[in-house]
Amino acid sequence: MTSSLLRAFAAPLIALALFSASSPVLAKDKFKVCWSIYVGWMPWGYGDQAGIIKKWAKKYNLDIEVVQINDYVESINQYTAGSFDGCTMTNMDALTIPAAGGVDSTALIVGDFSNGNDAVILKGKTALKDIKGQKVNLVEMSVSHYLLARGLETVGMSEKDVKVVNTSDADMVATYGTKDVTAVTTWNPLVSEILAMPGAKKVFDSSQIPGEIIDLMVVNTKTLKENPNFGKALVGAWYEILGKLATDKAAKEQMAKASGTDVAGFDSQLASTKLFYKPDEAVKFTKSAELKKTMEYVAKFSFDHGLLGQGAKDSAFIGVETPAGIYGDSKNVKLRFDPSVMQMALDGKL
Amino acid sequence: MSHQRLINRKPSRALAAFLGALPFLMLFFVYQWGSDLRRQENPKDKLLPAFTEIGTAMNELALQPSARTGEYLFWQDTGSSLRRLSIGMGVAAALGLVLGLAIGALPLVGAPLSPLVTAISLIPPMAILPILFILFGLDELSKIMLIVIGVAPILIRDLCQRTKELPREQLVKAQTLGANSWQVIVRVLLPQITPRLLDAVRLSLGTAWLFLIAAEAIASSDGLGYRIFLVRRYMAMDVILPYVAWITLLAFCTDWLLLKLNQRLYPWYYANR
Repeated sequence: MTSSLLRAFAAPLIALALFSASSPVLAKDKFKVCWSIYVGWMPWGYGDQAGIIKKWAKKYNLDIEVVQINDYVESINQYTAGSFDGCTMTNMDALTIPAAGGVDSTALIVGDFSNGNDAVILKGKTALKDIKGQKVNLVEMSVSHYLLARGLETVGMSEKDVKVVNTSDADMVATYGTKDVTAVTTWNPLVSEILAMPGAKKVFDSSQIPGEIIDLMVVNTKTLKENPNFGKALVGAWYEILGKLATDKAAKEQMAKASGTDVAGFDSQLASTKLFYKPDEAVKFTKSAELKKTMEYVAKFSFDHGLLGQGAKDSAFIGVETPAGIYGDSKNVKLRFDPSVMQMALDGKL
Repeated sequence: MSHQRLINRKPSRALAAFLGALPFLMLFFVYQWGSDLRRQENPKDKLLPAFTEIGTAMNELALQPSARTGEYLFWQDTGSSLRRLSIGMGVAAALGLVLGLAIGALPLVGAPLSPLVTAISLIPPMAILPILFILFGLDELSKIMLIVIGVAPILIRDLCQRTKELPREQLVKAQTLGANSWQVIVRVLLPQITPRLLDAVRLSLGTAWLFLIAAEAIASSDGLGYRIFLVRRYMAMDVILPYVAWITLLAFCTDWLLLKLNQRLYPWYYANR
């Protein structure tokens, strides 16, 4: 009787142990990072296949597993829940998902910023102010939503002047073809697909707010502190892969193919992405005072949309540490832009 | 008594109620425990929020007007979703009844329509979404149509089967008494098919919810599915979990109400069961 009772309770116990957070283990040697398809993150997939990440992990006696996740938001959720030690995401999502969820995160690599990859598109109209009163299809609470809000500010409007309709990115192109849809805000490669359709006109894009939509490799701060070699291996591998992208035609071809386009299509996406090929540019960008200002904009937008969580009383609730200073509550820093490992790459110390 | 076989031993009413509630209680405590474990490590963990946090989030959504629109979001979501679901199910049930009966009763209607309905019922609607968007747009119509397209073919096929299963003797007898085709369909078949329609609707409610949530996730500005997919963007499980529980409860109540309605309207249907 007792043993069968024990057995009956043992199964849920084991299940619990599995889904509760991993117990704190110092100095581990196995790490998992995830990424999703986006022009600025394709290097991770290539680096994994070409064995570059493995090579760098071996140099530091580590094992780094790289996993591609098809659903971008799910990849961040998995990272936040503790299934991964690092994940690719934008600065806004880093603030609103892991940081707002209490997971202290560090932007280890500042990879690029969107320089036209995200755009507001109108059907049959030519200026952003024509958007007034229209329904705008976009992925709500995403960088598209942020871009729209920033765009509306430039023409003296606010979100109240339009009606936002949450639309899945997977169906954005198909929905643009319907007569109900007259305005969309989305990202590449969807932007180029939609612009190829009749009547589509780009009226605002991220090159008009340069440096505000930033693509990062974010890692768990605690894991990084306990295992500095994990950060070194990732950064070392990253710049070797980018070197390949800049010089090796076959490497670029492979990344283009993996993102579902050809070299010409990939080049056009790269053209609207400010990719930091060399660590010096990335370090300079991270150290600039503008980054702090950008995170302030992002925090304000996020707070206005309730993305900083229930406890947040104002946009400064979560501290964001940048080399130029901390924005927000210095006692509650949950997102850190730390260029130190990229600096090591610059100094040739990896 | 002591030699009673296991298959003949029945729990008392009280014991049955307790045994029924037990798994739910256990789930509750397992959740509580898991949540506590995760919160010891990260007090702001979003995956398994504490019940107090779920309460706060739901208080904001259900009892406070939204700061941005002034609406009570939870009730607005519930109203929109229930409206779409009931219109969609209503249309699908009407189609199911009329076409199912016609195909089942009239071989001349069945010959051209039966293979078509079978083929359509086998198409996964989610796979042809772009076509549906072009045909029905993106507004309310498309959400309702997704439910109709997902559910109606199943209902039609089911009711057609049920019609054909009715004893042949009844039809012969009615005809012997002088009934024409119309009278046989309306007076003999229809009354016997209607309770079976309600049964079929009950069984396909799960499918209808599935398509409703999918439609609201794709393009929407309110609805239960909309909210779940929206807040999933920042992993607000404190909203998602009570919404899922609410959907389950709504589905359970609908099912129960339909069962009671059927029992009240057609007691004979349950008489010999």
